[in-house]
Amino acid sequence: MKIYVDIFKRLGDFELDVSFETENEVFGILGKSGCGKSLTLRCIAGIETPDRGVIAIDGRVLFDSSRGIDIRPQKRRTGYLFQDNSLFPNMTVAQNIAVSPTGKKHCDEYIERFFLRGLENLYPHELSAGQKQRAALARLLASEPDMLMLDEPFSSLDKELRDKLEDRIAETIDDFEGSVIFVSHDIGEVYRLTERIAVMHDGRIAECADKDKLFASPETTVAARLTGCSNISSVSFGERGASADDWGIVLVNVPEESCRYVGCRPRDLELCGENDTGALECEVIRVTEDMLSYRVVLRPKECGGKSSSSTLIYETDKLSWPYGRGDRVFIRPDKNKLFYMVR
Amino acid sequence: MDYSPLVISIKASLISSVIVFVLGVTAAWGVTAMRRGRFIFDTLFSLPMVLPPTVTGFFLLIIFGKNSFAGELLSRMGISVVFTLKGAVIAAAVVSFPIMYTTARGAFDQVSRLYSDAAKNLGMSGISTFLRVILPNASHGIIGGLMLSFARAMGEFGATIMIAGNIPRRTQTMSVAVYTAMQSGNRELAFRWVLIILTISFVSIISVRLWNESLRRKSR
Repeated sequence: MKIYVDIFKRLGDFELDVSFETENEVFGILGKSGCGKSLTLRCIAGIETPDRGVIAIDGRVLFDSSRGIDIRPQKRRTGYLFQDNSLFPNMTVAQNIAVSPTGKKHCDEYIERFFLRGLENLYPHELSAGQKQRAALARLLASEPDMLMLDEPFSSLDKELRDKLEDRIAETIDDFEGSVIFVSHDIGEVYRLTERIAVMHDGRIAECADKDKLFASPETTVAARLTGCSNISSVSFGERGASADDWGIVLVNVPEESCRYVGCRPRDLELCGENDTGALECEVIRVTEDMLSYRVVLRPKECGGKSSSSTLIYETDKLSWPYGRGDRVFIRPDKNKLFYMVR
Repeated sequence: MDYSPLVISIKASLISSVIVFVLGVTAAWGVTAMRRGRFIFDTLFSLPMVLPPTVTGFFLLIIFGKNSFAGELLSRMGISVVFTLKGAVIAAAVVSFPIMYTTARGAFDQVSRLYSDAAKNLGMSGISTFLRVILPNASHGIIGGLMLSFARAMGEFGATIMIAGNIPRRTQTMSVAVYTAMQSGNRELAFRWVLIILTISFVSIISVRLWNESLRRKSR
């Protein structure tokens, strides 16, 4: 089961220029709202038409502008779970599930599988948000899609329900014999549910990698930020070697001359003594207490003689943070966990 | 008192409402489903809403008059439009069509934005989507539009008097009857017609409002 996408579409000022391949895996697309994630899915589903490019599933060409192929959306079998689940309000749960050409014969099976027994004669407005989502999933799978596309399926739900539904979606994904594309702005969701992640920014895929690789050492600042790392400094090369401009520290073992930024996750900073190598004197700007951890905003005291305007975020478990606002601390990044980015 | 204007008004409005319902809903769906050129048709179909009814009547006279192609064709088939009830029906239909069209178009637009992508993705054909999803979910808006266009047809004056004229017992509608009564100085008769028209208008507006209210309660 292989999905091949290489498309270009212009919409006003916005340009979508995306290409990726995914085979027998759960593929995540991570990006801020308006970056083109949903538009990409809509092009695959055939609801939007790309200006040019190719879309193919398992060698079955759905769209090819150079050959004039554009399969109707009804014939594409690209199961698309819409953000707002879009159950038809004039039909009961059972009627909704039976609405696709193959729906009737699977209706009973999916009512059972998605725990909708007893709810099959209710209308969507009589269901809870969770039940609606289950009914929408049942309806989608009863249409026998070749692939699944899940578009921010949790965006409109509260936390508790979200966790429950995430389990249900994870189960559905596990049972599904085909490729799955999962789209979200939330790194947590994407990380938990997918295997490989494409980071999308401004209509383009900035980076595409296995999820642990992407989290441990992203190659772009866009990916670093979207995966929750805001500690990013530009890198310059001088007589003393490479240094992180915004933090005023010398970097050793910089992998290649082409790297322009360095990043460090909030968890990979450590407190240290004043005379330790690489120690950076900081002022505590703000301490935010979370349920299990502290999130601390730090400002480096000086870097290279100038006072610095950039801040560092440090995260630590609750037990180990004795300092308050205005205190001086010394901190250094874990050398082995710094990552370098080319753009 | 001769009640023939009431009968003529109701007859003309009912027939025109049926015509407008079929044409308006068809046109609205046709335009909603179009990929390009919606703007042109939206403008064209809403035009009678802003034109003075006398101008509409003027065009109808040109189209259906004896010297025109359509008029000649119809008169050869033994059908005459000018100064007949048919003329009154056509006048009422043309001025109330935009109301039916715009409400149906709005309802289709909203419903189709919400559900037609999902329907396509599930493999439903265009006709099946329209009959099973779009039309049922837009029905409230469409029926509201139908009520409004019936009310508009009842109140039509300008285009009616130009194409159907003012022939008592044949083409004289209520709104024309008010005018005629005033012209001939029969204030009492005019007043009676005004009362009848007021009652009918009041009832239709109240039913539209109640209809919308029930719609809002149901969607909650």
